[in-house]
Parts: sequence; C-alpha cells; structure tokens
Amino acid sequence: MTPTPVTSPPPPIAMLAELTHRCPLSCPYCSNPAQMARIDAELDTDTWARVFREAADLGVLQLHLSGGEPASRRDLTQLIHAARGAGLYTNLITSGIGLTERRLREMDEAGLDHIQLSLQGTTPEMADEIGGYRGGFDRKMMVAGWIKEIGFPLTLNAVLHRKNLHQLPRALEIAQEMGARRIEVATVQFHGWALKNRDALMPTREQNREATRIVLEARERLKGTLVIDYVPADYHEEYPKRCMGGWGQAGLNVAPDGQVLPCHAAQTIPHLRFENVRDSALHHIWYDSAAFNAYRGTDWMPEPCASCDRKLKDFGGCRCQAMALLGDPNATDPVCVKSPHHIDLQARADAHAAADAPLVYRPQPPKVSEPAE
Amino acid sequence: MIDGGAIPTLPRGVRVHFDRVRDTWVLLAPERTVTLDGIGHAILSEVDGARSFDQITTTLAEKYQAPHAQIAKDSAAFLKTLADRRFLDLTEAHG
Repeated sequence: MTPTPVTSPPPPIAMLAELTHRCPLSCPYCSNPAQMARIDAELDTDTWARVFREAADLGVLQLHLSGGEPASRRDLTQLIHAARGAGLYTNLITSGIGLTERRLREMDEAGLDHIQLSLQGTTPEMADEIGGYRGGFDRKMMVAGWIKEIGFPLTLNAVLHRKNLHQLPRALEIAQEMGARRIEVATVQFHGWALKNRDALMPTREQNREATRIVLEARERLKGTLVIDYVPADYHEEYPKRCMGGWGQAGLNVAPDGQVLPCHAAQTIPHLRFENVRDSALHHIWYDSAAFNAYRGTDWMPEPCASCDRKLKDFGGCRCQAMALLGDPNATDPVCVKSPHHIDLQARADAHAAADAPLVYRPQPPKVSEPAE
Repeated sequence: MIDGGAIPTLPRGVRVHFDRVRDTWVLLAPERTVTLDGIGHAILSEVDGARSFDQITTTLAEKYQAPHAQIAKDSAAFLKTLADRRFLDLTEAHG
C-alpha cells in the first residue's frame, strides 16, 4: 500500500484528454507510448462527456484535447460541445490534418476556445519529411488560414531538433504571419516513441545554445506581440524540468482507452498500476489511487534530492526520464548536475548528437489486440 | 503606464470565470489560468471593451473611494502585465 501524503494535494488545474492514438502523421519524435492504445479500446463520446463533467467537478479548468491527432475522432465537435457544456476552457492540440473549413466553423459554434497547431518544419520539404506525410505542410497552411479567418486564438507549437533547429528564426516569422499570440519553441523531449530516434534527432550543445540566444533576443523584440515559451534540449541542461508541475500536483492525463496517468509517459514505470475512468471516479483516482500518490510531494525522494533546496522547484525532475535513462524511477533525474549520473548523461547526449541514423517513423495503433513487439 | 484614452479589451479566448471548486475568480486564457485577487477582479469587472482606461479608473476611484492616481498606477501595472502575456488588448480610442 502506498502511504497517503500528510497534506492533501491541491485539485488539478489541467487535464490532457488523449482522444486517440491514431494520427495521419508519423513523426519520429512522437511522445505517445511505443505500445499504443488499440482503436477498438477508445472511449466513446458519452464516456468522454462524463469524464469532462467529473473533471470540472474535481477542479480542472483547462482541458487539452490531444492525441494522436484529435481530428481523427469523428465526434470531435461533439466532444468540444460537451467540454464547454461542462464549463471547461477547451484547447485543441492538432497538426491541422483532418480539419476542414466546415469542421472548424462547427467547432467555433460548439465553443472551442483555442487552437494549438504543431509545426514540423518551416518548408514543405522539411515538414513533410519529419511528419512522414506528403502535402502535410501545404494543408497545414490552409488550415492556419481558416483559423485566422474565424478568429480562433492560436498558439504555434514548433517542435525542434537537430534536423530543423536552424529553422527557428523562420518559425518565429510564421507564427506572426499566422496571427499567433504565442509560440512554443519546443525542443524535442525524448519520451515514448521518440526514444528510438535520439541518434537521428538529438541536437548538439551548440544548437541548444544558439536556440536559447535566438529565443532571448526575440522575446525582447516581440514583447507584447508574440509570447515565446521555450523548452530547451533538457539532456544538455544543468537542472531538470519541473515535470507536470510536480507529480499529481497540477494535471492528469486520460489515455485513449480510459487509463488515467499522472503524465503521458507514466506507463513506462513498470511498478505502477493505473485505474480507468470506466471503473473508477476521477476524484478517487486523483486523491486516493496508488499511482497518483507514488511520487507526490517529497517523501519518496532519495538523496541528493531530499536535502536539496531546489526540491520544491523541480520535484526531483522527471520520473519517466529517470526510468528511461537509469532504469530506476526513484532516482534523481540524471539531467540534474547534482546527480551522480549527470556527467555520463552529458557524454551520452553528445554521442547521440554526433551520431546519425535514419528516422524511425511512428506506426499506427493496432486495430485489435496484438502481442507486444 | 497606459494612455488614458486607450480602451482595454479582453480578446477572444480570454474570460473571467468563477472557480467554484477553489471559491475564487480566475482569468482563463489559452492554456493558462491566472488567479484573480479582489483588486484584479474589480479592475477586470470594469473592462468592457467600450470604456477607456481613464473612465475605468475614475469609476474604480469613486467606487472604492481611493485616490485616482493610486488606482491608475495599480490598474496600469496589472493590465500591462496581462497585455504583455497577450491576455489583454489595448486599443486606441477613436476621436
């Protein structure tokens, strides 16, 4: 039995609803798990609508409709309607593929609040190679035009790595041309499928420094016009990310099959068992389930975290990264300069950055149950 | 400082919302939530996309019987922070 923390956790602010693992793109840096949820296991419309109501009652304010590609769900407009009906601020996280002008206008009617559009590259050649989908870039630009015309608030999410980091200045221009209020300059984080592509995509230390320089300069220049959020290449950093704002502190994820996860990569931690919205109430899962209490607070921390003055700042970093890199989800995130494995990780990061390998594209989820690969 | 004639407006996708679970007012914006204290809520309650910054601060000064200069200073700082995050538009008055 996992001990319950002494202080009660706060209610969650945000919920990521991974509506499906289906996606027309097959980006090699996909953060979906290597073993995806089966198509026939996806939650139906009514169940999602119930989960949205439970989330609002629990204190969730921000709902992120994601995937996979959420537009692959034919009931997306109904789901948006249900989310707004529950009182949630509704964000759509999409590549744009699968959206038409008519569908966007229906989503406008249904009350969609905001769109986050991903960008795989700033040219058709780059974007279509990374997404593994010919014509994807041109289609995305059409979708961006409709988004602007309808007037949806827009965030552009530029996913950057060794092959396209040189396109960052152009990505900032595209964001302004699209009328985006915000851009996320997101250097690839290696979780899920992306772990297979570190040799192909790991940026160099120099690229990371240059990106940081460009972001700082642009933030100053574009103040009040374009907000720039920046996720640096974390293997090259000195301190780990404050992953999810702390385990079980700010947000939760619902996977396509209804499993509720403290973060989207949590299924990689073998000892955790996840409850499902089909069987359990969201309130119970958030406050009382073993998985959500496993790394909550600071009691679980080993040294050097336990006595560290940054422990409430980054909560020891990412549990899934400690699992992926060290095989131990209880360890200090090796990105941290205080981790005994930090030097080794820096060497590994440099080796990945110096290596080369063909892109390993993400496949489609299985239709029916298949044995693990 | 904000020009007295400027009209503050909450753009599409930004709205004031009562958070019934935490029993507080919040400002909901794209993927972001700002908790509003009593002063922040009072200021945003006057933002209607029609009245100028001057008109708003005059109303607030009367309502809360506070010096206009102080109200204007506090309101400008608060609204400027929101504008920098693109949660608020400041448009010039016509004529």
